[in-house]
Amino acid sequence: MFGKLSIEAIPYHEPIVMIALGGAALIGLAIAAAITYYKKWGYLWKEWITSVDHKRLGVMYIIVAIIMLLRGFSDAIMMRAQQAIASGGAEGYLPPEHYDQIFTAHGVIMIFFMAMPFMVGLINIVVPLQIGARDVAFPFLNSLSFWLTVSGVILVNVSLGVGEFAATGWLAYPPLSDIQYSPGVGVDYWIWSLQISGIGTLLTGVNFFVTILKMRAPGMTMMKMPMFTWTSLCSVVLIIAAFPILTVTIALLTLDRYLGTHFFTNDMGGNQMMYVNLIWAWGHPEVYILVLPAFGIFAEVVATYCKKRLFGYTSMVYATVAITILSFLVWLHHFFTMGAGANVNSFFGIATMIIAIPTGVKIFNWLFTMYEGRVQFTVPMAWTIGFLITFTIGGMTGVLLAVPGADYVLHNSLFLIAHFHNVIIGGVVFGYLAGFTYWFPKVFGFKLNEKLGKASAWCWIVGFFVAFMPLYALGFMGMTRRLNSYDNPDWHFPLIVAAVGAAIIACGIACQLLQVVVSIKDRHKNIDETGDPWGGRTLEWSIPSPAPFYNFAHTPVVEERDAFWHMKEKGISEQKPAEYQDIHMPKNTSAGFFIGIIAAVFGFGLIWHMWWLAIAAGVGIFVTMVLRTFNDDIDYYVPAAEVERIESQRYQKLSNQA
Amino acid sequence: MSTQSMTNQDAHAHGHEHHEHHDPVATKVFGFWIYIMSDCVLFATIFATYAVLATNYAGGPTSHELFELPFVLVETFVLLASSFMIGLATLAMNKGNKQGTMLWLALTLVLGAVFVALEIYEFHHFISEGAGPQRSAFLSSFFTLVGTHGLHVTSGVIWAIILLIQIATKGLTDMNRSRLMCLSLFWHFLHIIWICVFTIVYLVGAI
Amino acid sequence: MRKWNYPDILKRMSLLATVALVLSGCTGSSLLDPKGPIGAEQKYLIMTSFYLMMIVVIPVIIMTILFAWRYNYIKNAKYSPNWSHSNKIEVVVWAVPLAIILILSILTWRSTHALDPHRVPESDREPIVVQVMAMDWKWLFIYPEQGIASVNELAFPVDTPVEFRVTSNSVMNSFFIPQLGSQIYAMAGMENTVHLLATEEGTYRGMSANYSGHGFSGMHFKALATSDEGFQQWVDSVRQSPESLQQDSFNELAKPSRNNPVEYYSTVTPGLYTDIVNSYITSGDSSHHGAEE
Repeated sequence: MFGKLSIEAIPYHEPIVMIALGGAALIGLAIAAAITYYKKWGYLWKEWITSVDHKRLGVMYIIVAIIMLLRGFSDAIMMRAQQAIASGGAEGYLPPEHYDQIFTAHGVIMIFFMAMPFMVGLINIVVPLQIGARDVAFPFLNSLSFWLTVSGVILVNVSLGVGEFAATGWLAYPPLSDIQYSPGVGVDYWIWSLQISGIGTLLTGVNFFVTILKMRAPGMTMMKMPMFTWTSLCSVVLIIAAFPILTVTIALLTLDRYLGTHFFTNDMGGNQMMYVNLIWAWGHPEVYILVLPAFGIFAEVVATYCKKRLFGYTSMVYATVAITILSFLVWLHHFFTMGAGANVNSFFGIATMIIAIPTGVKIFNWLFTMYEGRVQFTVPMAWTIGFLITFTIGGMTGVLLAVPGADYVLHNSLFLIAHFHNVIIGGVVFGYLAGFTYWFPKVFGFKLNEKLGKASAWCWIVGFFVAFMPLYALGFMGMTRRLNSYDNPDWHFPLIVAAVGAAIIACGIACQLLQVVVSIKDRHKNIDETGDPWGGRTLEWSIPSPAPFYNFAHTPVVEERDAFWHMKEKGISEQKPAEYQDIHMPKNTSAGFFIGIIAAVFGFGLIWHMWWLAIAAGVGIFVTMVLRTFNDDIDYYVPAAEVERIESQRYQKLSNQA
Repeated sequence: MSTQSMTNQDAHAHGHEHHEHHDPVATKVFGFWIYIMSDCVLFATIFATYAVLATNYAGGPTSHELFELPFVLVETFVLLASSFMIGLATLAMNKGNKQGTMLWLALTLVLGAVFVALEIYEFHHFISEGAGPQRSAFLSSFFTLVGTHGLHVTSGVIWAIILLIQIATKGLTDMNRSRLMCLSLFWHFLHIIWICVFTIVYLVGAI
Repeated sequence: MRKWNYPDILKRMSLLATVALVLSGCTGSSLLDPKGPIGAEQKYLIMTSFYLMMIVVIPVIIMTILFAWRYNYIKNAKYSPNWSHSNKIEVVVWAVPLAIILILSILTWRSTHALDPHRVPESDREPIVVQVMAMDWKWLFIYPEQGIASVNELAFPVDTPVEFRVTSNSVMNSFFIPQLGSQIYAMAGMENTVHLLATEEGTYRGMSANYSGHGFSGMHFKALATSDEGFQQWVDSVRQSPESLQQDSFNELAKPSRNNPVEYYSTVTPGLYTDIVNSYITSGDSSHHGAEE
């Protein structure tokens, strides 16, 4: 009846896990109680859970990302604490069985359930607004994507309290992840959470590719698209091309584990290096999927706060496209030590280095956008300057690792760990946090607190260097990654420094959260009446803040790059349209929510070998989908009068200001 | 520059606000094309794993011993015929012929079901001979590649059944037209994949 | 708006860099203190690439700070809101990284061939062969020429190339002695090779560099680079061991164990290593690997 599931699956004998679970349960109960007290369940259901509005979905993605950031970061703190303690043969406070799950969960959560939802959330909020669209191409699909991501999140978090998570490292290399060496349910949690959320991501990719290609405002040719839209386009192209590889790779591992096939097993003709090749054929493009939109954010931020056109737009576009293509030609640099011949290794090493050229060009373009500009030191700009310095160092160490001869000694060392945290924190996280602050007023109608934002940026930047510079050094000292304990006393001091760095980053995260709380409290002080709080250049700033649910009362017509800046120069940005028309909008639907939740049940059934549950859930998903296709009542019109009423409020505010 | 923007503004002024820059049917079909591209990558990956493992027999039966080309040829013709049928269904739809569309679509799905049945028979036959997917890496990848294609055909058949009901109840609406166009794309795509399977797996394997 | 104190960033950064360098310098760090020609060449390679890239990295950091400071909007410096293109600058920003990568590429091509793990280092002495097997969670070293084996301890004479033939009886590991240079993956059913050479006597740390399960942290070994006599003494002391390695004792050893002590085997069944490697390739019967936990 319950497959492999029994009461023993609950880790009640692990105090750390039980405290974490208890805390999470308390917070969850408190939130539920608050919603009940304020009678907000109906609002939540009608306006958020069933919403197909890209802005609301974007907000929900980012909320998920921030929650998962806290979870992933507490894993990081636990690892740093363990390594700071477990020196000279001491065992520390985490046994390997637990520690190995923590570093696996940290990687999986940070990449799949923090960075990815954060990125998809920003793309969701911003791209349709930047291209002058009312919504995405397939609004229902968008909601489905989100709830499939949530489904993966649910599974990862359930693994904390029911059973275990994978203890294989974040990419679950076989044969370690095969049933023979990992007989527990940990790897199955890994498989199903990634597979289900991966399908959501793939659908997002298709959706935004079509949105960007088909739904741009009239006059917005490809070379007039805002930079963030360009980088998002390249990122979704990579999603479409790379995520199917992940789907297949995980599916083959699933078959090995569930049906006893021999794709990656040690014997019977299996080939473990094929897994490593496949997972990196997805994995390398994945890092560009994450970082390209961040590059786009920096481009928007620099141009806006330097009050200056982006330098070298064309070369920036070509650089982005070049990176997109090259990202598929370098995967082998993740395993130079496999024993491939010198020709193969040199080819992939050099291909990797070539990526440094377009990336370098981008850095110089941002710098020359600052040159002869009017640099305003706002919070997003602080992140950007932190990024330029940090990322350059990370890029340098990346090229170093791309030299096969150097990688033979640096591979899998803490130098590698320092390198990718250097580019992921310095590039991806700083970028997303810059974007978060930059676009926050567009979504909520008020600006975020500057002081706390800067405090957060400072803590992150300083904390990053304190936490990861020692790791570079430890790499040279011959320390490998994923060690639970060590007997080399020389490693102890740098690891203590690194733990201090992690604590400083924790202050950064605290400041960030505090910033949101304080800003909500002071929202009337920081209100954005104009819709254009920063003197923006692109179309999203041409509409009120918060953006109305239909985005644009009138589809804008684009003549130049920086379309809104151009309108402001021509003095037509505040022109009231002569008349309004009915607006065609998609209706909210609960289908995406139900499919996502049932998908989590489906995954849970498969993880615990509760076949009846999996079959029932599978049928449930199918029936929900079919019912949805029979529903023709999926859209409606907002009457012109209603649009006029909403819009005139804004013009009232604008004239009050003037 | 200015001429171009003028034209845009003209188009803007004349167009209907809610239809002006995209046609939902075209967008849907375009989106489906993109999905097919990603499905292509999915099959390419499985083909690649098959290519790597194709001779890893691990002492088990070889492709030469297993494959029977005449049988596969029958499968191929069944699928070819079904592809032809869905083409006829699309033509009938373009003429606005609801009965014809439904008839050809029904034939498509019957042939699709026959193809799936033949594949199940072949799998059953292999497994009963001790050549199941657990026997060797070669067989694992064979069953996965051919099975993935078969699963796609199966979902196409189910889709066709649902679409038949939808056309029967609602007629050839815009929505149903775009659905049939997508299904037809999907079906032709699966046919192309099958040609690759036939050549790379069966033909190369049997020789 | 508060003005930022940019030189402060610079100060902090250089401080951190110094700390990092000092840390790595004075604690006898492995990679920067190589004990053989391969490790030495790798150190040289890392340093050369590092300095080459500084040609871009340093100007970028300086320009970031300089531009941010110089064009701060309260300073009223020159402002060109529409200036967004310059052929001269574009040429420079494409050409400089291109030139550096070109030089690095040549360096990469040469060094990758020179440091190919399959290549035998130049020496006037015949290489000795050690068969290396990663197990859960320990290293087994078999000396086919001497007919002995040891666990978690490895010895070889200095100035003699050592050919390590690396495989695994379990999951993937990576065989690595940082101070001697290159690592290589250890995988079941495959024989990988790496050639190393020590020029200085000493005891070096060796380990697995690829996570392999719960006992991974304890999967390290001592590599003794000795004089010829020292090596002979070590071989003799191994030959004193009452244990011998054949299929039975191998199956016993293959059971997972953590922080396995050093063990010696005075004799080894000839061909045992090859049999284990082949067992994964030819037959489907994996029961004799004894690697299940």
